[in-house]
Amino acid sequence: MIVVIDYNVGNVKSVCNAFQYIGCEVELSREPRAIENATGIVLPGVAAFGYAISALGSLAELIKEVALSGKPLLGICVGYQMLFETSSEYGRHEGLGLLGGGVVPIPPGRVIPHMGWNLVKLPDDMDLFNGLAKEKHFYFAHSFCADVADARAKIAYTDYGFDLAASVQKANIYGTQFHPEKSGKAGLKVLHNFYDICKREAQ
Amino acid sequence: MLTRRIIPCLDVKDNRVVKGINFLNLRDAGDPVELGARYSDTGADELVFLDITATIRSRKTIVELVEKVAENVFIPFTVGGGIQTVEQIDELLRSGAEKVSVNTAAVENPNLLAEAARRFGNQCVVLAIDARRSKDRPGKWQVCVKAGSEPTDIDVVEWAARGEELGAGEILLTSMDADGTKAGYDNELNKAVTDAVNIPVIASGGAGTLEHLYDAIVDGGADAVLMASITHFENYNITQMKEYLRDRGIPVNL
Repeated sequence: MIVVIDYNVGNVKSVCNAFQYIGCEVELSREPRAIENATGIVLPGVAAFGYAISALGSLAELIKEVALSGKPLLGICVGYQMLFETSSEYGRHEGLGLLGGGVVPIPPGRVIPHMGWNLVKLPDDMDLFNGLAKEKHFYFAHSFCADVADARAKIAYTDYGFDLAASVQKANIYGTQFHPEKSGKAGLKVLHNFYDICKREAQ
Repeated sequence: MLTRRIIPCLDVKDNRVVKGINFLNLRDAGDPVELGARYSDTGADELVFLDITATIRSRKTIVELVEKVAENVFIPFTVGGGIQTVEQIDELLRSGAEKVSVNTAAVENPNLLAEAARRFGNQCVVLAIDARRSKDRPGKWQVCVKAGSEPTDIDVVEWAARGEELGAGEILLTSMDADGTKAGYDNELNKAVTDAVNIPVIASGGAGTLEHLYDAIVDGGADAVLMASITHFENYNITQMKEYLRDRGIPVNL
């Protein structure tokens, strides 16, 4: 069972719908017990960083704990951004600190928000992209982005006039700046790969 | 670089997708959930659902429809038709829509755009404009409201620019003159609006051939092209449209 963290931030149902569609058992929950017993955790997010991290409240510590114990964790959009140490979106905020680096505004000189389909170069050694071609389009909608400063993290980039970190993986910790649940077949494949990773780790 | 988008539009009436010509003579085009799922599956970039009856009774139906669509559609989708308040927008976003489009209500109360953008972010707010060529003022277009039935004195280009200022994140621009005719988009209209704003413009009304899509992007400056007749009745599928555009140098998600 994969648990999608329910913390009252926008459209979390879409993530559950997508997992159900690919035949994965999924539960929307904020119960510590469910989180501890899950095979994997998904941290979704459609909200401003500060709002999201405070809405997460005491769950933040628990999520950190289960992630550090080796349980697969997938952060999506703001849920991905929260995996980093800090954010400067409307003031300075502390993130979960599971990945080194901070969340900063997309540099000026281009249309912001970065919204639409962009091509992501998919490294061979990132499990999340198993079975996909070398590059694929995914759906983005965001105004801030991660400045990754983590020597152990693998990174997939997209070109938005600069190299924008579209997805990061460090051991059992995964994140996507794009929305796999809204990225058509390629997105569903990413979620399926995460599901496979969870099954593999649970054995 | 972001791709140009192909967006099928589903006009919904009494839980069926319909399509007319110049907003009249509606013809049945299928079940909205089924058609939505098919488009999601065959490579559409986004979908737009418009409740063209937009009565109080249909309001509840459209929320239920959005929930069902969200279970089967894994691309972003916009919902519009008769939306008047931020509460209604909130309900539709919570039901699974990524964006909501407003039309008549924004003309009557422009502040709705500002309020919605503040609360949900401008990426959620689409300003839909139904445009008709002005008979009195050549080279100008007038905004029409209430599903195109009521012309106003408002100039389309000025209204689009004002909409951006107020907080719209995108403009869905429909030419009533071209709608359903399959004779091509009104690219003078598209060009006039895309030159006047910095937010994406979705060209709508008139798609009949693959070349029309290309022209709307190149001549009209559109970021996205919306179509109904040519795809619902299966003249062209999404892949054919994208291959055509790709082969002529337009970046698409293929």
